[in-house]
Amino acid sequence: MNYIDPKNLSKPSHYKFFIQVCSFALIILISFWFAGFSFIEIFQNLIYSGRLLSRMFFPPDWSFTDNAIRGLIETIQMAILGSTVGAFFAFPIALLASSIFTPTVYLRVPSRFILNVVRTIPALVMASLFVAIFGIGNFAGVLALSIFSFGLVSKMLYESIESIDLGPIEALVSSGGNKLEILRFAILPQILPQYLSYTLYAFEVNVRAAAVLGYVGAGGIGQVYERVLAWRQFDRVGMIVIMSFVTVLIIDYISSYLRRRLVK
Amino acid sequence: MIRIENVSKTYDNGVKALKNINLTIKKGEYVAILGLSGAGKSTLLRCINTIIDPTDGHVFFDGVNPDTLSFDDSDHFVDITSLKGKKLRQLRTQIGMIFQSFNIVKRMSVLQNVLSGRVAYHPTWKTILGLFPEEDKQIAYQALSKVDILDKTYSRASQLSGGQMQRVAIARSIAQQAKILLADEPVASLDPITTFEVMAYIKKLNTEDGMTVIANLHHVDLALNYATRIVGVRAGEIVYDVPVTKGNQKQIINDLERVYGRPISHDDFVGDGENV
Repeated sequence: MNYIDPKNLSKPSHYKFFIQVCSFALIILISFWFAGFSFIEIFQNLIYSGRLLSRMFFPPDWSFTDNAIRGLIETIQMAILGSTVGAFFAFPIALLASSIFTPTVYLRVPSRFILNVVRTIPALVMASLFVAIFGIGNFAGVLALSIFSFGLVSKMLYESIESIDLGPIEALVSSGGNKLEILRFAILPQILPQYLSYTLYAFEVNVRAAAVLGYVGAGGIGQVYERVLAWRQFDRVGMIVIMSFVTVLIIDYISSYLRRRLVK
Repeated sequence: MIRIENVSKTYDNGVKALKNINLTIKKGEYVAILGLSGAGKSTLLRCINTIIDPTDGHVFFDGVNPDTLSFDDSDHFVDITSLKGKKLRQLRTQIGMIFQSFNIVKRMSVLQNVLSGRVAYHPTWKTILGLFPEEDKQIAYQALSKVDILDKTYSRASQLSGGQMQRVAIARSIAQQAKILLADEPVASLDPITTFEVMAYIKKLNTEDGMTVIANLHHVDLALNYATRIVGVRAGEIVYDVPVTKGNQKQIINDLERVYGRPISHDDFVGDGENV
């Protein structure tokens, strides 16, 4: 048997990998330094966090449950409204942005622009702006969540539309279907499960986001947080944390279960 | 029935897929188009119902009433390349098409897939809402039983096998009440046994219902066994055109070397080539 030595083939350099690891480590270290992050500080303040945690959870203020539940229900309602309204408007825009449905660039390009711009504005910033315009309350929150959901659903739906099987469209064109019939019989059946799934996902994210939005006065559980924190009622904060945790967990579970079944 | 006159197609990227094609197809013919991949077979088929617009030339349909855009065996004729919008869509209902990849919607039921062949017969708002008249459902059931798949009417199309999907696609063309069937490699993704099944159903439409069939085929024996005429395409041109008779099959196999630019081998047959 001949001894094989592939020496003359160029082997991948070991230095390359070494340099990659080093530069990655360097970037992390520089980021730590710039952000003023230190583990020492975490350990030094451990005792304070311990004290805070004990005030929050040992025991939490169970008498506050009613208020927390009311806030959470409000949050869920906001999230439902926000994702529904957002998803509703996301559909036509995603369709107009797709090269499969929209042949003219004059509609496609502006639609894609809207699609991308909306996603760059954080929900929290939008909520603050809407609170400034419409005043403190749920309306500002719902509006912010709607636009946030719109950005999320429209972008993902647009990508789904771009990747559908074009065969059924060809078949429908060849049997004399018009644009709307192509939408109904060739495009819609292929994207409907994803569309519903994205809407549910937006709802899921909204429930979590709504908790923060309240902090700028946009309603929901966040506003309750803000109030009790201002009064340094940490036992109540603890209670809300527990309730929110359980709620988000349940909603995530149900939502991802439904989404799994949808996209089968 | 179909007159293809001086049809050329040059794609945007400069590829000349068809060069001055002239072809007349009579009612009731079963034309098999043979040729290597990339010879322009698919483009030719799609230029007939203009889902690919020819760059040049005309495709006439004889015996079509210019007002109703349906075949009435009159002396009238219509040039599909001059039609647009609603009139084009009306004429297209007369031309069914099936594909290598079946092109049915897997997430819809078999019935919905077949009914989608009837969209051009009704106002858009009705079809969009799924309001097909009972009569249409009867047409769909008839079509499904014609290809022996009526028992799958309410199944999701995704549950079907490849052969069954192609039968649903054929049923869609039947429900469309097409007089012409364009078949683009209808059996290229099927195994040999289902290949013969599907080919038999297409042949049945041709002989029993008088449907004119134009099929792009890969396999020489399929063309010889099912078609009444063989057209050879090479590099965008028609280089061969003969009727299939009992006596000339061996001759055709020899002649096809010119179309393929190489000898016909075992790979060009689905079966063992013995029954040709």
